[in-house]
Amino acid sequence: MPDEAIVASGLVRQFRKGPRAVDGIDLSVSYGEIYGFLGPNGAGKSTTVHMLTTLLPPTSGHASVAGFDILHQGRQVRTVIGAALQEAALDPILTGREHLLLQATLQGLPKAKRVQRADELLTRVGLTEAADRRISGYSGGMKRRLDLALALVHGPRILFLDEPTTGLDLQSRTALWEEVSRLAREEGITVFLTTQYLEEADALAHRVGIIDHGRIVAEDTPERLKAEIGSPTVEVVPVEHDQAELLRGALEQFGTPVQADGTVTVQLPGGEAQLAELVRALDAASLHVASLTLHQPSLDDVFLAKTGRKLEGAADEKPEEAPADGGRRGRRGR
Amino acid sequence: MGAEHASALEQIGAIARRSIVRTFRQRGLLVFPLLFPLILFAINGSALGAATRIPGFPPVSYRAFALAVPFMQGALFVAVTAGVDLARDIETGFFNRLALTPLRGGALLLGQLGGAFVVACVQAVVYLVVGVASGVGIASGAGGALVLLALSTLIAFGFAGLGTLVALRFGNGEAVQAVFPLFFVSLFLSSMALPRNLIKTPWFHDVATYNPVSYLIEGVRSLIITGWDGQALALGFGFAAALAVISLGASSLAMRSRMART
Repeated sequence: MPDEAIVASGLVRQFRKGPRAVDGIDLSVSYGEIYGFLGPNGAGKSTTVHMLTTLLPPTSGHASVAGFDILHQGRQVRTVIGAALQEAALDPILTGREHLLLQATLQGLPKAKRVQRADELLTRVGLTEAADRRISGYSGGMKRRLDLALALVHGPRILFLDEPTTGLDLQSRTALWEEVSRLAREEGITVFLTTQYLEEADALAHRVGIIDHGRIVAEDTPERLKAEIGSPTVEVVPVEHDQAELLRGALEQFGTPVQADGTVTVQLPGGEAQLAELVRALDAASLHVASLTLHQPSLDDVFLAKTGRKLEGAADEKPEEAPADGGRRGRRGR
Repeated sequence: MGAEHASALEQIGAIARRSIVRTFRQRGLLVFPLLFPLILFAINGSALGAATRIPGFPPVSYRAFALAVPFMQGALFVAVTAGVDLARDIETGFFNRLALTPLRGGALLLGQLGGAFVVACVQAVVYLVVGVASGVGIASGAGGALVLLALSTLIAFGFAGLGTLVALRFGNGEAVQAVFPLFFVSLFLSSMALPRNLIKTPWFHDVATYNPVSYLIEGVRSLIITGWDGQALALGFGFAAALAVISLGASSLAMRSRMART
């Protein structure tokens, strides 16, 4: 068995007449690790997953999954991976059980084991009661859980989850997080998880790669990434919207304030101890504030520090050419 | 997990089962393609009866002459249903889910057409029963009726191949539906309404003569109104087989490109 579950080197995907969706990605993921691929919509997350799961050939660069080359050993790659791609692709006319039996057949499970495996997975994802209902009657959370079960039918060693909790309520999201953690912890499954939720990457991932405009801008454990940022930040909202500029000036003595949507954020190099000093500075400038919030360093701060933008809203700047149909146009010939 | 590769037959069976289940659970996909040709048959059968008085028209009722048409129209509906189903899978990402399994492209194509095949069989039986119930005799007898079912199913299979080809090339259901009127035009520009020798407008006569759809209709029609006409059957089966081979061949190539996993 190779040392690393997933290795990518200089991975590039350029769409014809489109953007360079992935622009030279290098990464490696160890066996049993949960790797969080964090970035806004359009950053290149899904395109990377499509390449690593063999659905889309890279324009240049190399990658291997479980030691198999994604370009030349696609079939072997597909036997060791499971994938739940963006938007649970399910047939609304079929039932959950029918999906699992179809998947089990196509994955080559022996006839005798298919029903047993379907039952086992339905139980595991809590869909036993809904097993014989059509998907059209499933909630978003149920669809995602079935999607996960489908990815696990053939017992893969590596799991790709592309934004598995997007659009889910908190309860469904937490349930899915627990199951993904359990898969890695108890079954040793390697998980490559893309997300645009900071708390998801923070809660689940052993390591996080932050991707922006097709490039990895930071990569480490969430703790180390946050520690790199070091000190906490304070977010101040003035009572009067037009006082934001004045506020910014008052906070300049602490660092370089960032002003966005009437809110001014500044990092406190001296930590929480500087909070009293900051309040005095606001008082001295006769500034009335509507709210003042102290933030311990988060992955959002890391994103802000590495890209100069907040993760929320960064998606609006550059839509990814999502290869929902496998990106058939403009693919590289072999 | 003890997974091994499923045989091609098992893969085709699994996809065909899904396709059949899908079709039968969406009753609209069965009922409307079944009703529309029958309504047209009823209207034409009664309204165009005067055509039988044209010198040279076969000595049968217009209903008997027109009974071949529902089989063709049904085949066109089957083509659209098969194409739209596949296109929807591509649009929703279900196709990608299938592409991540060891499923062979050919098995997916044939399985996908399995539903079309079953619908075509059901339709053909219904058209035949309604035709006979409305007083049309089958000149070639019970054996001919079976051959008629086989020919009409082969025709539907060929057209369904065209539907899947469009779906695979364009990847969306709208494209498949946009092609539907073209299929219908090809039907109207054939010997659908009159025997070719009675079409007096020169350009229409030429188009109908070069239009393969004429020979498909004439093959089906010969079994209803003539009996065993070797030439009409040979042309009918020949063009139907050619249509099936060409459309499935082109679909296979399109599938290879669409499912071009690394």
